[in-house]
Amino acid sequence: MSGTADPALERGWVAAELADDFPGLELWIAGVHAGSGRSPQSVRIRLRALAGRITGGHVVHMRQDPVPWAYRVLWRQVGLDPDVNRPPAERIAVERLRAGGIPSQNLLDDALTIATLETGVGVVAFDTGLVGTALGLRLTSTGEQLGGTGRALGPRQIVIADEDCPLATLDGEVAEERGVTRATRATVLAAIRARNVPAISVEEALWTVAETLLTED
Amino acid sequence: MPDVLEPSIGVQPQPSDGSSVLSPLPPATVTDERAARRTLLDQVERLEHELSSLFISTWPRKGFELSVPARGGPRVLTLGELEGLRDDLARRAQDARRSLSDRTYVEEQSRRRIEEMLLEPEKHRWVRVSNEDIGEPGCKHWHVTPRWGVLGYLMNWWRVKISSGCPLAPGRGRRPRPAPRFTVGRGLRP
Repeated sequence: MSGTADPALERGWVAAELADDFPGLELWIAGVHAGSGRSPQSVRIRLRALAGRITGGHVVHMRQDPVPWAYRVLWRQVGLDPDVNRPPAERIAVERLRAGGIPSQNLLDDALTIATLETGVGVVAFDTGLVGTALGLRLTSTGEQLGGTGRALGPRQIVIADEDCPLATLDGEVAEERGVTRATRATVLAAIRARNVPAISVEEALWTVAETLLTED
Repeated sequence: MPDVLEPSIGVQPQPSDGSSVLSPLPPATVTDERAARRTLLDQVERLEHELSSLFISTWPRKGFELSVPARGGPRVLTLGELEGLRDDLARRAQDARRSLSDRTYVEEQSRRRIEEMLLEPEKHRWVRVSNEDIGEPGCKHWHVTPRWGVLGYLMNWWRVKISSGCPLAPGRGRRPRPAPRFTVGRGLRP
């Protein structure tokens, strides 16, 4: 856990059957001593500037950029339709076109959006106090629920999990009871690295979120 | 020599009197699917790349179907599901490639027609070709019309008019009139 903008990065575990099918699939984790809250002015300005860089042509060609492309392939290989359930960067870019901008929501969501748009890597966040210490990627077994008490998950779904239960699905759905709230004081960030995604992009994504969460007015 | 050629692996021998038919024995070993799965996943990756390239090649044209339905993920697909996904992607890519080829042929004809119109407008009276016909975005069009109206029509003076683009947005219209302060049955508004 770190109180600086450059937190130590760790690798999570990956279940053997998943690693067999998807060599190069990794989970990167970082801890930050910060929660969410209202975004400072500098973050909102940065978000606006990023939104201004996204155009229709940019979104059309995004699927051939190396990082969004790698996630698109992973999405397809795990049975998702990347044109419906879009990979993180594409989802934000398409939503920006639809809404005409990227409105600020809160510090954490803004930080995740900024990191994803700048690097193409999706990041999810959990409350450190609500999750275990060893996060990793595995397949669900029959009858498991998201977060332990949330919605039911089908068998053999790919999830981010701790020692006890699934915490989030591969496509970024986080268990409500494990996510960041107003009371959160420390956050665990997790990013999935697909094959062909450069390690530096994942590092950059996690550092960007950490740096943004520690931004002061 | 039927006795020699018939396969017998995994099948229980039948009794000579033919009294009962026995079911085949289950295989004693588990098949290692990893190599097959790896190959299929690589094929899915290549086909997804091809579909992405086709999407960019077809844009901004409309009417191309490039989506392949999801398989209820995110999960590890079975070998059969991966084969089905690979086949669907391949079929979609093939259809899109063929449609794009047909469309670009027609667009090439339209481009040639524009050149002919510009060279000899009198041979292409009233012909109109739009940007959409040549696979370009926007509302521009080429239209062969007579110069100076009826006179040009009678004298066979023709020219190609090129429109300047899309019409301007109509705006939000006039400001709505304020509602009356009294509404029947509701009294005075606050």
